[in-house]
Amino acid sequence: MIRLSRLGMLFALLTPVVLLAGPAVSGAVERQATNWTAIWMFLVFVAATLGITWWAARRTHSAKDFYTAGGGITGLQNGLAISGDYMSAASFLGISGLVFASGYDGLIYSIGFLVGWPVIMFLIAEQIRNLGKYTFADVSAYRFGQTQIRTMAAISSLVVVAFYLIAQMVGAGKLIQLLFGLEYWIAVVAVGILMMVYVIFGGMTATTWVQITKAVLLLSGATFMAGAALYAFDFSPEAMFRQAVETHPNGMAIMAPGSLVTDPVNAISLGLALMFGTAGLPHILMRFFTVPDAKEARKSVFYATGFIGYFYVLTFIIGFAAIVLLAQHPEFFKPQAVAADGAVIKSQLVSGLDGGTNMVAIRLAEAVGGNLFLGFISAVAFATILAVVAGLTLAGASAISHDIYANVIARGLGNESTEIRISKIATFCLGLLAIGLGIAFESQNVAFMVGLAFAVAASANFPVLVASIFWKGMTTRGALAGGVIGLVSAVVLTILSKAVWGDVLGHTAMADGVEVSVGLIGLNNPAIIAMPLAFFFIWLGSVLDRSERGNRERAAFDAQRVRCETGIGAEGAVAH
Amino acid sequence: MPERSLDAIKAHPRYQELVRSRRRFALTLTAIILVIYYGFILTIAFAPSLLGTPIAPGAVTTIGIPIGILIILSAFILTGIYVFRANSRFDKLTTAIQENRP
Repeated sequence: MIRLSRLGMLFALLTPVVLLAGPAVSGAVERQATNWTAIWMFLVFVAATLGITWWAARRTHSAKDFYTAGGGITGLQNGLAISGDYMSAASFLGISGLVFASGYDGLIYSIGFLVGWPVIMFLIAEQIRNLGKYTFADVSAYRFGQTQIRTMAAISSLVVVAFYLIAQMVGAGKLIQLLFGLEYWIAVVAVGILMMVYVIFGGMTATTWVQITKAVLLLSGATFMAGAALYAFDFSPEAMFRQAVETHPNGMAIMAPGSLVTDPVNAISLGLALMFGTAGLPHILMRFFTVPDAKEARKSVFYATGFIGYFYVLTFIIGFAAIVLLAQHPEFFKPQAVAADGAVIKSQLVSGLDGGTNMVAIRLAEAVGGNLFLGFISAVAFATILAVVAGLTLAGASAISHDIYANVIARGLGNESTEIRISKIATFCLGLLAIGLGIAFESQNVAFMVGLAFAVAASANFPVLVASIFWKGMTTRGALAGGVIGLVSAVVLTILSKAVWGDVLGHTAMADGVEVSVGLIGLNNPAIIAMPLAFFFIWLGSVLDRSERGNRERAAFDAQRVRCETGIGAEGAVAH
Repeated sequence: MPERSLDAIKAHPRYQELVRSRRRFALTLTAIILVIYYGFILTIAFAPSLLGTPIAPGAVTTIGIPIGILIILSAFILTGIYVFRANSRFDKLTTAIQENRP
């Protein structure tokens, strides 16, 4: 494994050299040359990941190999893999685009994405490592009715995975469309097929090493980009902010909270979804089963928090620097955004960017590092998407094979090879679904879709998981009531919100003489209602449960707690 | 490991100490990050212009920028504090319980 990580590093360092051998770049064929650079980088990355998958496939025999990479990943490796799993295309492209469009608001968003990690550290990571085996539902359902709680956890996992996958597939399609000039749907199909190959043949081992490789590439690429961007301002943030304020149509407004947060209720609701949603994401929680014990689990969170926090600082710099630096490149803008004298029209800076604000980081790469670096960052963005979708698909497939098949349908009596086969079939079906949904949601905002996934994770997965770990009084009835109500209310409120009711279903109203899309409710993120509802019904359903089974479940808490606290009896624990 | 009864583990002198001290520590740190984050969110919601105050007269940089960076740092530092404490104290207690010595 050490050899492979070195290989990944080596690969990161070598790719630009390989690409220098590519066709000569000249002004007239700049577009074409750009494509070749990017294509070379894509192909090298894809070849490397297929190599990883081939290597991983030879090591993947048991269910433990498939779901947890054998359970021998170290804390640092898992920290990198977690960051690779979490730093999505929505983070990289979406947040740098959000900073470019609205400035400070992008920082608010990234802080929300980060503060869930301490919560995972303090309340979740070690606990689920000690209590679970392959999926977080192992923990949610630990002392409860397996059929009910597993089914519910699997369904909410699949909903989260679906929302998150849509965002990733849309990002992938747009990115590759821009770089190759490929049809959107072809790009989505290509991503879907690669992700199926990684997961079906290489399971968690391939997924982990693709994520580690991607994390190293993304962190080094973003570091270089932010450094080169700051260099343009003599490393003075004040100079960067000053010029950004002068260039941006919103002026000083970009230096303070703006339109992202329109009212306190929406602000708190978004905050809840981001903070507690992170602690309820099935593909993230699954990563804690790849380490040998609770100690390595906690180390992984520490490393991951550091890498992810550092990355968000970089995206903030990238977004702000892009305001100034992209404005110096009229060729990045639509013709109508460029004045007769060749300068970018100030009011058109955001709306006139060719390819939309999701392409800010990609454009900045070209501005600071030329075609070669554009190719590198494009390949990294592509790698980012592949690593995240592979993790998501594996989590979705595990929910189907480990939770629904092995524990509900076969009631723990099925054999392991059938379970693995089912997870591979599930991966294939999820891949097809992801492709279909990716095509269907082409015109949605990427970062916003991720917000919806977080809301469901915060309202359905997190409350049941945390109550299962810490509250002796919870019973199957309570968990079921809270989980189902959290899930249903999050989904229904999302459908009624502007993003779906207005933007997708096309309900509009006239405001100030302009037709704008509207929701049935003013709440953009459902977490502020759905999450407390879930906790309330967990409590209510549990205290009203006077059944014999409920009493047995409460009595079983002490045994669960001993295992949770000491690791005695945990999966893969070292015997003393 | 010989099969130890649940009651035996629970009766171990270090067990209650581990459960109590870890829970108190984890909840304290959770409360700190909640206060930091929701303090920030509520400031955005109720007094957004506060974060738009320049860090110095004539500067464009607003205090919201260093505050935001500090919150990112605090998340990292808090997880570091937890790891430090867990490695030094909680692991000792856990090992004592696992190996059934005082």
